[in-house]
Amino acid sequence: MHYGWTGKILRIDLSTATHDILQPDEDIYRKFIGGKGMAGHFLRPHVTLDWDHPDMPLLLFTGPLVGTIAPTSGRSTVMSRSPLTGTVADCSVGGRLGFQLKRAGWDGIIITGKADNLCSIEIEDSHVRIHDAAQYRGKDTNDIFDAFFDGSRSVAAIGTAAENGVAFSSLTVDKHHAAGRTGIGLCFGAKNIKFLTIHGTGKIPVRNKKELLKAREEITRLTAASPILMGEQGFSCFGTGSIYDLMDSRRMMPTDNFRKTHFDRAGELNAYAYKENYLPKKYGCMGCHILCKKIAGKGKMKGGSMPEFETMSHFTALIGNTDMKLVMQANELCNRFGMDTISAAATLACYREMNGGIDLSAHLLDLLTQIGTASTELGRSLGRGSMKYAQGMQQDSQPSMSVKGLELPAYDPRGAYGMSLAYALSTRGGCHLRAYPVSHEILRKPVATDRFTFSGKARIIKIAEDQNAVVDSLTACKFIFFAAGLEEYARAYTAVTGVETTAQELLKAGERIYYHERIMNALNGFTAADDDLPMRFFTEAGSGGNAIEIKPLDREAFLEARARYYHIRGLDEQGRPTPEKTKELGLA
Amino acid sequence: MKKLVDKYTRKMIRAGLADDPLVCGLDDELFWNREDEAIPVLGNVVQGMNINSLIYAEPAEPYQTILRYLAERYPEIITPGDCETRTFLHDLPVIHSFSAETVLSCLRKRKSVIIAEDHAIRVVTFGTVSPEQAFVTFSSVCFSSFVLFFADYLDDLRQSNVTARQQKAFAAILPFVNKPAREAPGLHAGPFSTAEQVIEAMIEAGKYTVDFGLVDSYFGNISYRLNDTVYISQTGSSLDELAGCIDPCPLDGSSSSAITASSELSAHNEIFLRTDKLAILHGHPKFAVILSMDCDEQDCPQRGQCHIKCSRERFINDIPIVPGEVGTGPTGLCNTLPPAIKGNRGAIVWGHGLFTTGSTDFNEAFRNLLDIENMCRTQYFKRVQQLI
Repeated sequence: MHYGWTGKILRIDLSTATHDILQPDEDIYRKFIGGKGMAGHFLRPHVTLDWDHPDMPLLLFTGPLVGTIAPTSGRSTVMSRSPLTGTVADCSVGGRLGFQLKRAGWDGIIITGKADNLCSIEIEDSHVRIHDAAQYRGKDTNDIFDAFFDGSRSVAAIGTAAENGVAFSSLTVDKHHAAGRTGIGLCFGAKNIKFLTIHGTGKIPVRNKKELLKAREEITRLTAASPILMGEQGFSCFGTGSIYDLMDSRRMMPTDNFRKTHFDRAGELNAYAYKENYLPKKYGCMGCHILCKKIAGKGKMKGGSMPEFETMSHFTALIGNTDMKLVMQANELCNRFGMDTISAAATLACYREMNGGIDLSAHLLDLLTQIGTASTELGRSLGRGSMKYAQGMQQDSQPSMSVKGLELPAYDPRGAYGMSLAYALSTRGGCHLRAYPVSHEILRKPVATDRFTFSGKARIIKIAEDQNAVVDSLTACKFIFFAAGLEEYARAYTAVTGVETTAQELLKAGERIYYHERIMNALNGFTAADDDLPMRFFTEAGSGGNAIEIKPLDREAFLEARARYYHIRGLDEQGRPTPEKTKELGLA
Repeated sequence: MKKLVDKYTRKMIRAGLADDPLVCGLDDELFWNREDEAIPVLGNVVQGMNINSLIYAEPAEPYQTILRYLAERYPEIITPGDCETRTFLHDLPVIHSFSAETVLSCLRKRKSVIIAEDHAIRVVTFGTVSPEQAFVTFSSVCFSSFVLFFADYLDDLRQSNVTARQQKAFAAILPFVNKPAREAPGLHAGPFSTAEQVIEAMIEAGKYTVDFGLVDSYFGNISYRLNDTVYISQTGSSLDELAGCIDPCPLDGSSSSAITASSELSAHNEIFLRTDKLAILHGHPKFAVILSMDCDEQDCPQRGQCHIKCSRERFINDIPIVPGEVGTGPTGLCNTLPPAIKGNRGAIVWGHGLFTTGSTDFNEAFRNLLDIENMCRTQYFKRVQQLI
């Protein structure tokens, strides 16, 4: 292989402090593309092991577009088995990590074993070194970035949360980017890896530069035409926080642990208010022109990451906080400790509900510190995530607003029925990004759909999951698909790799990659019983207003739509893979 | 899905795109709006793709004659130069035999395929979330083909390259184009003082814009300034279905709940800030678009890049023509349109569409839209006469 892929995968065994090179057959690349797809291919043989078993691989993969001028192609996928949910755990992460890895000559890294002591891994082109990192024990992510992130290399680090066993620990990349969900940071902790640095100097060849330029033009033209991405109220200007107002006005802002769907104070805590107070600067991942990441431009937090939409919403409406400064501090604390802000806030919302709706404002930072440092029994208990916390308190898991143990993001599913299916069916638990139906149910892309119906949604969710599996395998950014499509990215893929393909052929690969995750989850015992939502959504109404009524979800209609999804996806009635479909997709 | 399939069947007919379209929707089961002998082949097409809807239809006139001619002239790929093609469709592939395999070979790459088999013309389009996508693509194929046909004809006349076949097609299409001019309707009178009045007036003006054929599919937008708030149609909204699809956007940007507003919000805001106008209407009247692309400077170094680089001051009578792409960015029409429209009753964006304004309500904006399109139609045929 000369184009798109390096053809080489680095395998590191931390138990023996050795490494070697894998060179998979070309047909593996064709089947799984890269990123999420390739990582899944290497996870499957070991997926039934415990998440912290030394033989459980920790995988970092780039995709064929990484390092080229294809827009938003600087991303990579981190994957293992989730300590929080037991499902497949994968995160698409930005920054420059994928770019540096590819330039170093690797399509991916497979890490197995466990280091005797806390270590760091240094990759400099083909040179791989494992260093003792004992002196960094107890250091937060900022300490690591201050020491190593000088712009010459990419740095991925865990904070104290992962060292202390927090189940929703994140991995922070290049200071401002998080592989946030499913506790992937703890997978690094389990292998005694504190941080990873990568620097590559190689060139990334492109098969047809002229064609790639044309594909790039098509994609950037569509991006410019997208109000959500490049409009004056869009992500490029305000960051992902620009949908904060919208979610509240559509009456689907999770409030008081999803007991309400409207937050009275939202208008004072929106992206505009943050802009006024912190003068955020544009920042972005390698190869991206949208620059949705925002960095504080003034105040004590200057130079730090501004909160993303989910953080803005969950650290206000979900827990009843109206202090913007506190949101900034909570965000900064989570980043330093290396904790997923969605799960952290949702776990605290669960705690708050179980304690009579107490005002958390005065205790918020202290509680986060207790979790991130595991310094108290309460902190250790909350650090297991909302579901285990609720169960541990000898209550049922009702106050845990999660799916498969992964806390739900900031879109109330009673306000977008496709989202209810997407949450329930996601292979990594309560995740909005697997199918992201907000795209058409709220943001009107590619066209608007009726958000209060299940009609047609089963197939729409399936198609979107397939598409996003491709996006995470290429590896590009899902946001750009508010504007462009696989039609344009297929052209980029062919231009880079020389492999002729079409949008529909890529979707077929996406179907394979996603079904593969269903297979892996089924091997770990997941069934239809796990593809479900907290009962609150079926029994309680949300907060209506603006001529919008937020009814409880119709349980029967939800289950019928889920059954249709199983049929369309080629699963049995229990949501398990079938031998026929497994064989058809080349996954037997 | 049945409801959506029926809705877009009706819209196809009402929009004059097809008389008897075949439309399907698919969730777990496939639903067709009617029986047709093409269904076995199309069923295989649906099975061969990851989609949820499809439209297959013989286009109504004049699109049928236009596509028949264009498929002969460009037997493999038709590449119109208008904004809709450039931005969304890229090109229009053509096949000459109808089978699942030939249709799939194109639809796997593109949003549409034109089947030119013997004397018959069919167009197939699809959607992944709604039949609306298939409808919009079908409409865009018809619009861009219309624009290409008339732009080609004028250009060929200028080069003395018109063929007998082309002339025959032109003559056959004329009865569908030379319809008597309609009077502008009386719309709600402004200025408006409440949001309810604004929304009602926008819904009304939007419906008439579609009814008068001044915009295709959903590629237009409309706005009104009420004090310091701009009410604007949402992105991807159909101008004939604006109820519930109008966003209030504070001019100071203090709320971003209008992130779903039209991609042209920046241009609208800038026009409101530069002028004392209260109403803006944007449509895609065909002859305004065609004439904006008609240029006799064959040796211009910018040729082929006119949509972003044309540096000449161009007018159709009193109406300026400016370059600019959809939305924002350095080549976006948000940079070129606002200064051009100031002091004029409208401005045309190259290969894209016409923007007009009104001082108090949509009467003036609508009348300007209609009058300028009628003027462009007259001007087009005047140029044809001069060249024959």
